[in-house]
Formats: sequence, structure tokens, C-alpha cells
Amino acid sequence: MAATDITAAAAIIPRSRSATGLLRRAARRPLPVLGSALLIVLILSALFAPWLTPYDPFEMNVVDRLLPPNETYWFGTDAFGRDIFTRTLYGGRVSLVIGAAVAVAATLVGLLIGVVAGYFRTADAILMRIMDGLMAIPGILLAIALMSLTRASIWVVILAITIPEVPRVARLVRSVVLSVREQVYIQAASAVGTRFPRLMLRHILPNTFAPLIVQATYIAASAVLVESYLSFLGVGTPPEIPSWGNIIAEGRLYVQIAFWNILFPSVFLAVMVLSINILGDGLRDMLDPRLARRI
Amino acid sequence: MWYYVTKRILATLPVMGVVAVIVFLLLRLSPGDPAAIIAGDDATSEDIAKIREHLGLDRPLLTQFVRWIGQLATGDFGNSIYLERPVLGLIMERVEPTLALSVTTIIFAVVLAVPIGVLAAWRAGTWIDQAIMALSVLAFSVPVFLIGYGLVIGFSLTLELLPVQGFVSFSEDPVAFLRHLVLPTVALGLVYTALIARITRATMLETLNEDFIRTARAKGLGEPRVLILHSLKNASVPIVTTIGTGIALLIGGVVVTESVFAVPGIGRLTIDAVMQRDYPVIQGVILVVAGVYVLVNLLIDLTYSLLDPRIRY
Amino acid sequence: MAAEPVLRVEGLRTEFATGDGPPAVAVNDLSFEVNRGETLCIVGESGCGKSLTALSVLRLLPRPYGRVGAGRVLLEGRDLVQVSEPEIREVRGRAVSMIFQEPMTSLNPVLNIGRQIAETVMVHEGLPWQACMDRALEMLRQVRIPEPERRLHEYPHQLSGGMRQRVMIAMALACRPRVLLADEPTTALDVTIQAQILDLIRDLQRETGTAVLLITHDLGVVAEMADRVLVMYAGSKVEEGTAEEIFDAPTHPYTRGLMGAMPHLGGAHGGRLAEIPGVVPALKARPPGCPFAPRCSIATSRCHVEAPPLRNFAGSHNVACWEVGQGAVA
Repeated sequence: MAATDITAAAAIIPRSRSATGLLRRAARRPLPVLGSALLIVLILSALFAPWLTPYDPFEMNVVDRLLPPNETYWFGTDAFGRDIFTRTLYGGRVSLVIGAAVAVAATLVGLLIGVVAGYFRTADAILMRIMDGLMAIPGILLAIALMSLTRASIWVVILAITIPEVPRVARLVRSVVLSVREQVYIQAASAVGTRFPRLMLRHILPNTFAPLIVQATYIAASAVLVESYLSFLGVGTPPEIPSWGNIIAEGRLYVQIAFWNILFPSVFLAVMVLSINILGDGLRDMLDPRLARRI
Repeated sequence: MWYYVTKRILATLPVMGVVAVIVFLLLRLSPGDPAAIIAGDDATSEDIAKIREHLGLDRPLLTQFVRWIGQLATGDFGNSIYLERPVLGLIMERVEPTLALSVTTIIFAVVLAVPIGVLAAWRAGTWIDQAIMALSVLAFSVPVFLIGYGLVIGFSLTLELLPVQGFVSFSEDPVAFLRHLVLPTVALGLVYTALIARITRATMLETLNEDFIRTARAKGLGEPRVLILHSLKNASVPIVTTIGTGIALLIGGVVVTESVFAVPGIGRLTIDAVMQRDYPVIQGVILVVAGVYVLVNLLIDLTYSLLDPRIRY
Repeated sequence: MAAEPVLRVEGLRTEFATGDGPPAVAVNDLSFEVNRGETLCIVGESGCGKSLTALSVLRLLPRPYGRVGAGRVLLEGRDLVQVSEPEIREVRGRAVSMIFQEPMTSLNPVLNIGRQIAETVMVHEGLPWQACMDRALEMLRQVRIPEPERRLHEYPHQLSGGMRQRVMIAMALACRPRVLLADEPTTALDVTIQAQILDLIRDLQRETGTAVLLITHDLGVVAEMADRVLVMYAGSKVEEGTAEEIFDAPTHPYTRGLMGAMPHLGGAHGGRLAEIPGVVPALKARPPGCPFAPRCSIATSRCHVEAPPLRNFAGSHNVACWEVGQGAVA
């Protein structure tokens, strides 16, 4: 704004930075709180699945095939007479493990690459070209291709989803490192002879935390979704493991006569991804208001 | 101008080069003997040897790479192991459904998302804005197959308005072609719509705070003119950029959507190839898709000067 | 008093919504009038509410926080605060135009000059596009832009700051407005360009009889342009009068401070300019009494608790101060 009066007026709109301010802002925006609460419920239901249901996720019961939801089987049964409620609860475990593992792995690898690229000019050119190349391949396609390389397992799924996520993290970290590096206090620190590792730990890394936590949350949401897509397509988690994608992939054959086979795991999946995304938005607004302006 | 165009085209070469290396190494770096993986669990050692020779896997890595690049340069993407036909031909056969679905989705999403994003920015902070933002987070989170099967159950099975699945070529029957595309387009388009609506809102919010918007209002222009001619045109570069980069997201969704609606496109080709460990096909698909993606984004880059006169080459 | 003023503002109060609590008052009980062919200068430091006053006239306050809380803005007798949204749009750019401080950012970067001038004409006069472009060309000539035919099709970034401000003026005057609100029109420009732009505004005013409300913090500009002067401090009027009255006998301590802070002609003063100690109080922290009291060297205890009314000093010269200007209440 050109008019200085308006800047002066804008300054009176309150903006709190303290910890209590954070809490107050969180309370004013109930959505992130709701998202976290939903996520906690999903985590607990996955964790305590064996106590929440009397059934075994693998136990087949030929008599009770494709039953609609009823008092015994809350979410109905699948083509083998297995309880969908039980399988859905257990499926949450797979999604949570994959979401968390991919978020951590992609963030750590991306952090490493980003720091190296941001700090060493020569490595930067090479690493960023590789990242550009990876980003030119649509993520799911790359994950599918990676899945074809070896026998499927949870670990391969995690690896296949992690690799396409790394470039975005690396770019984010690199840009933070580059901008922090230019700032006076880093130059001052190098001038007084602070060594590189110390410089990294004390000055650069702390600046990457806020955007990284936000980014990791979004990656977790995306990973949960991508795992379900891979499994749905038959190239993900080994079919004998009841992940949501696998339950849906089996259920799709009966979509016309037993839609509950795909409805319940899909809704659980959507709610989990939604709650993680909402949590991410909330974290972004609290930790990194600059980012909030972007999508 | 031409200098810039040439420079931009040359700048895509390293990216495509890296893609080629990644695609090439994909198979070679896999744990175990690639030939054995391709041959499958119950192959004899003769089968494996045959495949190894067929792919030239018995030669040094660098020789293999140079030979492979040389073949690519002449348009030879190799042969499918399973179907024993040229990969490029297989891809071309499957291109129509995928291209049709992608184009209808982009049109659907842009036509829907831009007005929504503009509205949200114009009414920033009100319940309209909050509802649009909440719906866009929802669209990011709901899996494509849930929307897809929901639409099928609603519009195809219950109302019987639209076909359940499949694809009809445009040359065969244009009306059936479009009817088959409606549900996949909506199912696939919602995520992409949300993405474009959010970037539209974000850039419009920034633009609406600019001094020249105040000037436009001070001239007595109506809000539609202020929003569309004065703001949207200024916000268009980031929006168009996101439409381009969002295509990566779109292609991932295309694979799933094709599976839900049994559309015989590139996605199905890829999945079949992965199931059969038909590596030349997988490699070919990745190269072609990445090439198209890079090309589209290059073209988008070159349109910037039409949108913003300050960008001159 | 002679004819009815073109623009008369009565008791204007401009407020800003704050997070919670009562709105902050940015302009408080401000009244003034501008006659045809006359230039009124509003003077004050940054943050005194002078720009917001101009924006209030055209209802262009930043949304959704700013609003006119009280008062009337009478354009030839019609209260602009009360008219409908389409009616105020009719007024903007046609009867009352505005030019801004930043010519660099006030023009739309992606539309060419001709189009930006012509669309004002098209919106208000409904002429065919070609006629609007002809008017745009004519306006560029009037503001003395060289090679107007070529400039018409150029974009703002191809023009210098001074040229852009000429384009802004061309745009503002394209529909022959009766009032021109000029908010620091020369602040962002070089000194020589400043003089040219001021000359241009004055010449055009002489030709068209437009009333000019010129907002500035620069007393040099005031001396050059003003028929009458209004001094604002912290959202309130502290002194007003003809240019002669104010320059010959600055009365309010704040006005006197401003005069002291003005560089002398030739500027060879050697040292630093005289400055008024302290800063303008923040909107929320405005004291109950005279807003200037905390910075005033002659303030008494009364000044800190009770706001002084505007009182007549001499002729049309009014001052709001307990300690100076002993006259009848205006």
C-alpha cells in the first residue's frame, strides 16, 4: 500500500506471536483442532483394533458372504465372509505406518539433499538436475514403475512412494538454506570462524523446521492416498495384507451388489487424509504464516 | 524471441536426459538379476538367458546406455517382451482415451476452478470463501475411486443416465465418446479443480491488494471489470503455471480413473506392463509421459509473454 | 461566502475495525470545503489521516476494515456517503477523480496506456471504443507526453515515473471531473519532475476549472499550489486558513513546528532540519486531550485532558489550541 495512513491502520490489527497467542489462534480456528481429534480417533482405533472387534481380519466364513451391514457385521462382509469393520480397522494400521514412514523418510532424505545442494555450489548443479528429472515423472507413475522392480512388500511400497516425494522437500530445504545463508548473521558467524557443522546445526537447520513439519504432514496425507491407489491398481501392498486399497480392490468386483465393500474403507481413507491435510493447514497457519499465502 | 525459445528448448534437454538416465537405471539398479525378474518365478535359465540377450543386458552398462539412447533417437523405443511388438506403436494405440480424458478434465477443471477461485478471493474471509476453501481440502482428500464409484452408482446404476464404464472412440461415435467421458472427467477433475481454485484465490488475493486495483475502482469501473480484466489478467501467470505443473497430479489420477472406469488407455497399458514385468513398455510410457509433461510446461512458459507484457524475450 | 462549494465535507469520521474492541478512529470530525477552480491543500505527517480523508470521499477505504463512521460528503449537495454502490461508481472517475502517490504501482502493468485511459471514458460516457481511444490520445497530448500516438500502445513499465504520473493525470481528467483528489502526486518523483507535474496540474486546473484537493506532507508543494490550507494532526484538523494566513502567521504549535522543519529555499542550511520531537501517536494510543499535547512544548495540564475546539483567529484563519489564537469560537 502506498498510503502510509493505511499501513498505520493495518498495524493496529492485533497479531500475537507468543505461545499463548498460538493457543488463542488455535482456539479461534476450530478446524485444525477437529482434524487432530479425528486423526487421534483413527490412530487409536487402528492401535486397539484387536480389542475393538471380536473378529479376525483374515478369518473366512463362507456362509456369511457379502452380507450387508447388520448388527453382527457393522460394515457387512466381503466375498470371503470376512468382517469389513475388522479389516477396515486393521487397514488403518497399514496406512498409518506408510504415511508416517514416507513422511519421515522423504523429509530426512530431502533435508540431506537440500542442505548439501544449498551449501555446495558444485553439488547443487548436479543434485538439482536430478531433482528436476524426477519431478518431470508424475509421482504415481514413478511409484508404479518402482513397484515393478522387486517382489512387493510394505518396505518396497514405502520406498516407491518416498522417492517421488523427495525432490519437493529438497527444493524447499535448498531455498531456505540459500536465503538463510545470505542473511547477515550467517555471514557474521562464518567471519568469526564458526565451523560448517556448527553453522548448520545452530543457524540453518532451525530455520528449516517450520516449513519441513508442514511439508511432512502434507506428504503423509499424500502417501496414505498413493498407497491406496497403488494397492487399488494391484501394484501396491501385497494383496494378503488388508490395507484399505487392497480391501477396495477386492470389493470393486462386487460394487454393484455389495457397495459397502468399498464404501467403508474409502470413507475411512478419505477421513484420514482429510484430517491430516487439515492438521497440515493448521500447522502451516501457526508455524509459517508466510507460506499461508500460497496454496 | 527466437533466442529465448531456443534457450528454453535447450534447457529441457538436461531434464529429459536425467529422465532417460533414471528410466535406464530403473531396471539395472533393481536388486537381483533384471532378466530373472522379467522372466518371472517359474522361468528356466534358458528363458533368462534369452531375455538377457534380447535386452543386451550382458554388455557393459555404458555400452548399453549409449546403444539405448541411439535407438531412442531414431524413434525406436524397443519391443514389448510380452506382446513382441514395438512399444511406441502400443503407446500410440492407447493414446486416444488418455488424451481425451486429460483434455476434458483440464477444460472442466479450469472452467470450474477459475471463477470459484476469483469468487473466494473477492469474498475473502466470508462464509463463501471458507466454504470454498473447505471443499477444496475435501477434494484433495477424497480418493478418486470413491468419487468415481459414487458417480457410477448414482448416475449410471440408479438413474441410468450415463454408461457405467468403457470408452468409445470419437471417430466411431462422437456422442457416445462424450457420454463415456462425463463421469471419469468429473471424478478425476475435482482434485485438479481444487488445486487451480486455490492458486487462483491466492494470487487474486495478492493482486486485489495492489495499488492499480484501487486505481481501477477510483476510475469508477464495475467489480466484474475490476476482477476479470484488471485482476485476473495480472494473476494469470501463476495460475497458468499451476495448470501446467498440476498435470503431473492429473496423470497420476488418470491411471486410477482409467482403472475405475475400465478405460483402455495408457494407464491400463502401464498397469498391465507392470503385472507382466514388461520393462520396455514401462520405460517407454515413462519417457513419453515425461516428455509430454516437459513439452506442455515449455509451451506454457512461452505463453507468459502474451499474458504479461513485462516478460519479454 | 461566494458560490456553493463543489465539495463540502462535514464532520467526517473514518474508522477502522480492530480485532476486538471499539473501532480505531483514523479521521475525527473533519470538515472542509473546496470551491470551483480552487486548490485546497491538506498537510500533515505520515499517518495523520490525510490520505484516508481522500479515500473516504470516494468510499475507497481498504475493505473490509475501513469505513466512514459519521459525517457527510456533499458533492454539489448530494451526500456521497449515502448513495448506492452504482451511484458512487458513477461519481468515481467522472465527477470526482483521484491520482495516487505511487505512479510506479498505480497503473495496471498488463494493460496498455491507451486502454487504461479509454476504458474510463467508455464506462462513463458509453462512447464507441474508437472514440474513447481518440479521447485517450487527446488527453496524452494535453498532459504533454511526447509522441502520444506511440505511447498509447505502450505499457506502464516502458515509461518513466514522471510520464506515468502524467498518464495518471490524463486518466483522471479524461471525463472532465469537477473535483480532482491528488494524494501526494509528486512525492515519489525527482525534484525537477515534481515541478513539472505541479505546473501541469495547475495549468489544467486553470483551463478546466476543476477543484483540486491536494494532499501532501511537503510545505514546498503547499506554498506552490495552495489557495487554502488545512493542517491535520492525528486525524483532526488543527489549523486552517488561506495560504497567506498560514504562511504569514502559522499559529498552532504543530504548524509552527512543520514550518521549522521545512528546508529553507536554496536548502543551504548546513545542518539537519529542525524536527518536532516525538512521533504521531498510534491510532489506538491517542490521548484524550489535544492529540498534539504529548509533543507540544507549550502544553498545559488542560491540554492533556480536554481537546481544544476550533476557534477563529483572524479572517478565515481557524486554530484548535488552548494556548494560542485567543479568539471567538469558530
